Amino acid sequence: MSRQITAWLQAAPMALVMVGFLVAPIVMIVIVSFWGATEYSIYPAFQFDNYQFLFGSPVTYAVFLNTFKYAAITWALTLLIGFTVAYFLAFEVRTLKWQIALFLLCTIPFWTSNIIRMISWIPFLGRNGLANSTLISWGVIDEPLEWLLFSDFSVILAFVHLYTLFMVVPIFNSMMRIDRALIEAARDNGASAAQTLRHVIIPLCKPGIMIGTIFVTTLVMGDFITVRFMSGSQRANVGRLISNDISLLQYPSASATAVVLLCTVLIVIALLLRLVDIRKEL
Amino acid sequence: MTTISKVRYSRRSLLKSGAAAVAASALPAPMVWGQETKNITLRQFGTGVSNLNEVATKVKEDLGITLEMTALDTDSVTQRAATQPDSFDIADIEYFVCKKVWPTGNLQAMDASRIANYDKIVGIFRNGKLTPDSTIAQGTAPHTVGFVEGPAGKEFVDNESGWMTLIPTIYNADTLGIRPDLIGRPIESWAELLNPEFKGKASILDISSIGIMDMAMVCEAMGEIQYGDKGNMTREEIDKTFAIFTAAKQNGQFRAFWKTFDESVNLMASGEVVIQSMWSPAITAVRSRGIPCVYQPLKEGYRSWGGGIGLSTSLSGMELDAAYEYINWYLSGWVGGFLMRQGYYSAVPETSKEFMSENEWGYWFEGKEATGDITSPFGDKLAGAGETRDGGSFEDRMGAVACWNSVMEENQYMVRKWNEFLAA
Repeated sequence: MSRQITAWLQAAPMALVMVGFLVAPIVMIVIVSFWGATEYSIYPAFQFDNYQFLFGSPVTYAVFLNTFKYAAITWALTLLIGFTVAYFLAFEVRTLKWQIALFLLCTIPFWTSNIIRMISWIPFLGRNGLANSTLISWGVIDEPLEWLLFSDFSVILAFVHLYTLFMVVPIFNSMMRIDRALIEAARDNGASAAQTLRHVIIPLCKPGIMIGTIFVTTLVMGDFITVRFMSGSQRANVGRLISNDISLLQYPSASATAVVLLCTVLIVIALLLRLVDIRKEL
Repeated sequence: MTTISKVRYSRRSLLKSGAAAVAASALPAPMVWGQETKNITLRQFGTGVSNLNEVATKVKEDLGITLEMTALDTDSVTQRAATQPDSFDIADIEYFVCKKVWPTGNLQAMDASRIANYDKIVGIFRNGKLTPDSTIAQGTAPHTVGFVEGPAGKEFVDNESGWMTLIPTIYNADTLGIRPDLIGRPIESWAELLNPEFKGKASILDISSIGIMDMAMVCEAMGEIQYGDKGNMTREEIDKTFAIFTAAKQNGQFRAFWKTFDESVNLMASGEVVIQSMWSPAITAVRSRGIPCVYQPLKEGYRSWGGGIGLSTSLSGMELDAAYEYINWYLSGWVGGFLMRQGYYSAVPETSKEFMSENEWGYWFEGKEATGDITSPFGDKLAGAGETRDGGSFEDRMGAVACWNSVMEENQYMVRKWNEFLAA
């Protein structure tokens, strides 16, 4: 058997899996997005109605904007928290044993379902919840804070809670690969801690930050359940548009929205990858 | 499909063992049939309202049929009935959903002559009239989608043709639920839902087909819109309705929208919301936690709904017989009593009476003062002696129905507007 055939055969299983479970469903979604729907069925067609309705409605733009807003704010907060946690684990904790122990500690909440982790905020943040009653008993506020729950605040809080670990892990991984001699060299050359951070650590952490960024933005942009529960269905992102369409049996319209969302996310990722060449850095 | 193969498999494995083979061949056919009903599994799905494990346990006990229940929200129920015909044997759906599901051909018409208590089913489900002189409310009234012309009928007919689309099981008259302790004044109109006094403390349900009706009741009560037929709005009426509610939403009138029964209970019990669309057992659930909650009768009347059981087209033979047996059992009273003690009505109230105490019957059905504690089937105390049911008797409540849950001709347009409303 020639080497070329062997190579093809070796690549085939993975390629088949990808074609069957990734490419084919996406192709189906694109096809269905041109179909038409009645109240209870969908019929094959080639029409632009779904896209026309989507781009013709001001609500669509508002919702996309809102989706970006959630993604941007969540990204900034998870990056800040995730970087700090990873820095602490990688540079402040000295022994490997403790590093592993503390790292595992970070993952413990993730042993439960993320729906549970999200919903448990609801009684905590509610009008008569723990947060409000504590603040009132401390005399900080007189009236319960309404914006704690069913607001953008609660949605972003839940996102940050759910997704920070996705930032911690890749950044921590990058930090652990940094040669400690580089940091010593920086100090020997008179760099302050801040300068070391800015000129040595952050550049070397870029691949980790980028991977974390891709995780967080795609997760937030594709989410619908967090937004539904934490905003009490009062706010919307693109995922909710799609899920509402599906629950109302409007599959073609849902597909069209999904296609537009997919393109948007791909563009965002393409832009991110231009900033850092992950392949080279890894 | 799977159940049939299961039965066959068990018969075959029975035949394999020698002694059983002799017995099976020697026994007359009916005995074999009797043996096999015990093995029949019927897969039923519906909303959490009537898909109760207690019913499955009891039917196993009484008939030996295994009932596999799946509880879903209203939209998912429609979705499954319309798109996954092989995933169920029995669909427990609402009458208005029937309008969407029937054209798909996923359900088969039922022979009314095989329903023992057919003549005792209340008039609402047969000719639309509670009493001979009642008027029929707006919307998709159950009798308008209750019959088709024959076993394979595709069109609904307006008479009792003897071929039913659904067998009515439960129904109720819905209104707004309130927290009297947090409101502290009488509430008499649907218009109160958008009263700025309750800013940030109101809620409606996020199920388009039902929510739009609640919205219409509110807009009409406010005097903002006069509908030709709330159950079949024009595009202009839909636009106007959403304009009013979108403005209210943007002003922060609503605390949250709810989609499932449990969400509505939690919103009310936690005090997040003091006035909202609600379903009767949700009120019961709030009250059983010791929190005051009233199912407030309103002067404009009720928004009503009815549910029924439909049979999958793929049911046949022994399993179809078992399904009829199950339906007859369903209407024979035990389930009715069980549901009525939660605040619903049974399609055949007189059979349910035998499964309720005189006090319970008086409280739930006749609107009389309770003579002793009223407890739910789950043992929680719902009312004490001297209390009466919100809204009064069966005739008072079901007689004041202003509209039925519906599917309108402009449904698709409404759905899109609904989606916009959620995102607005």
